[in-house]
Amino acid sequence: MTAGPAGQAMRELRPEIEDFLYLEADLLDTRRFEEWLALFSEDAHYRMPLVRNLAVKQIAGEHLTDPLDVSWFDEGKTTLATRVAQIRTGVHWAEEPLSRTTHFVSNVRVVGTAVTADGTLEANVRSKFLVYRNRNSDEEDKVFGTREDLLRRHGESWLIARRTLYIGQSVLLSNNLSFLI
Amino acid sequence: MDIRSLVDVANGTASREIFVDDSLYKQEMEQIFNRAWLFVGHESQVPNPDDFYVSRMGEDSVILTRDRQGKIHVLLNSCRHRGMKLCRHDQGNTRIFSCPYHAWGYSTDGNLVERPGELVGVPGYTKYYHGQLDKKEWGLVPVAQMVNYRGTIWATWDPKAAPFEDYLGGMGLWLNSALDHRDGREGGSTILVGVQKWRTDTNWKFAATNFVGDAAHGISHKSVNLVGLNPSGGIGRRDERPSGHAAFGWPDLGHGGLGFLPRPEEDFPRPTIFHRYPETSAYFAECAAEHLKRRAGGTHYQGKGTIFPNMSFHEDQPRTIIVHHPISPTQTEFWRYYLVDADAPDSVKDTLRHYFMTYSGPGGMTEQDDLENWASATKASSGAAARRYPYNYQQGLGFSEPCEQLPGAVWCGETVTEQNQLIWLKRWAEFMEGRDWDQLMHRVPVPGDVPFPLKADSLAETGA
Repeated sequence: MTAGPAGQAMRELRPEIEDFLYLEADLLDTRRFEEWLALFSEDAHYRMPLVRNLAVKQIAGEHLTDPLDVSWFDEGKTTLATRVAQIRTGVHWAEEPLSRTTHFVSNVRVVGTAVTADGTLEANVRSKFLVYRNRNSDEEDKVFGTREDLLRRHGESWLIARRTLYIGQSVLLSNNLSFLI
Repeated sequence: MDIRSLVDVANGTASREIFVDDSLYKQEMEQIFNRAWLFVGHESQVPNPDDFYVSRMGEDSVILTRDRQGKIHVLLNSCRHRGMKLCRHDQGNTRIFSCPYHAWGYSTDGNLVERPGELVGVPGYTKYYHGQLDKKEWGLVPVAQMVNYRGTIWATWDPKAAPFEDYLGGMGLWLNSALDHRDGREGGSTILVGVQKWRTDTNWKFAATNFVGDAAHGISHKSVNLVGLNPSGGIGRRDERPSGHAAFGWPDLGHGGLGFLPRPEEDFPRPTIFHRYPETSAYFAECAAEHLKRRAGGTHYQGKGTIFPNMSFHEDQPRTIIVHHPISPTQTEFWRYYLVDADAPDSVKDTLRHYFMTYSGPGGMTEQDDLENWASATKASSGAAARRYPYNYQQGLGFSEPCEQLPGAVWCGETVTEQNQLIWLKRWAEFMEGRDWDQLMHRVPVPGDVPFPLKADSLAETGA
């Protein structure tokens, strides 16, 4: 925990940021995908890296995060919007019937803040997530992980400017990733 | 189960048991995965001496490694002492593969051992084994044959398997179109770092027979076509293709896919692509001009598909390799690799990487729907009643003809035909019957063998 006034300021931001993340989770679970998209900045970067099983001495490189590494997702808002549009077609067979998701967010911590050149407050936020997906009669998927978000002050609320999702599965144990994490 | 009764080549049907039955699955591990040539990995995954990458051949874990003399080897990833999985990392670098159970140690270093994978260290060798353990006898099990084909590593457990290039046959011309540099140089491609691995509840053969040339994709991929992934911003999910794209299959070898009718290089159109990304578009335009210059006077071969049994590739959009590793009759572990020109600018690689990831893999907006359909089909074919009814592969049956321009291949002038699925299943049955390599390579006839039905045969039958 960061001591001093800076730490104090970050702790004071936390309840507000928790509310923001809970709202986001609820938008996804109630399938208000367009409202969810509106929470991302136009320059948003959304990435879910691959993870590998490596020896202890090489473990620093277990998540593949170099710019040219393959990920599960590595995209901007336009592609996220395309995903939402695909779900809305009603003929996206991986989401027709639709998934029922429950997004849990916990262990939220504001780990840094900064003010950009144009005076906008940004917050680095770490949290844990669990996405439970149920679909059809007996299809179940669970994706656990750690989120690193860069949130940008936007009026009274925030925008997600960068999100990185670190998951534990090196072999993804879901039929697909048609649901939004 | 009588294999021959499961695939009716003449009538274009196949039993659902092939896709769900446990005993057939076990037989496949013996008859197909222990004998056929399998894709293991790419040389770029082990660039330096002592690098290793752990892959799969069927259900077996294997180590792809480069020795200190620069040679590549594929070894069974199981300690000879108690079978321990020797190497539990996906990749890394080690001079000695040391077992975590009792510390038997193996090496590929020619300075330490005569044969790659030999035992170099056994605790208690002098005191407890009295120096009598034959270290050469108890080395790691190597594959029977291995090749490096334009950077891709292939192996088989069968010492009698036909040479890889014979096994590939004319399909090799299409594999080249995926592996060769866009500017026409032989080879010159590499894979992006990171292999997407995921498990889907489907039989591995759904994927193999889908990528072998199931072109009725307008239904599966309707949603992605509606929202559009076209890198030039037009409709659909890829740039518009030149004409003359059709299904071609190799009835004697089991490979097949979709590709272009071969023609002189000068007659193959090379329109600009990737218009939404000017730098990438310019790169491809330069490469296309160079390709035409370099290959002037030659024949243009280009296609995508499945190499029997479980490797499928795509030569352009998206340029990828996928391997369908069997886990059980109803579960498959897919491994996807993404191909780029090794010396392309980073900005081009990045554009391609984005396009590939939005198209393919479990998060890919095209592949998701395939995975959904294969899983649903596997489940709904498993019931006792469902199993009684065969699948139908009669689309285009009896309309295929040999294609003079593509050695060993047949076609019917269409992309939409099920000839390739039937060709793949015919090959599956040949392996499953336990045919020897003379029979598999059609060097000797097999009594009662049913040939792949061609148009000439059906015309002869009807007296036309």
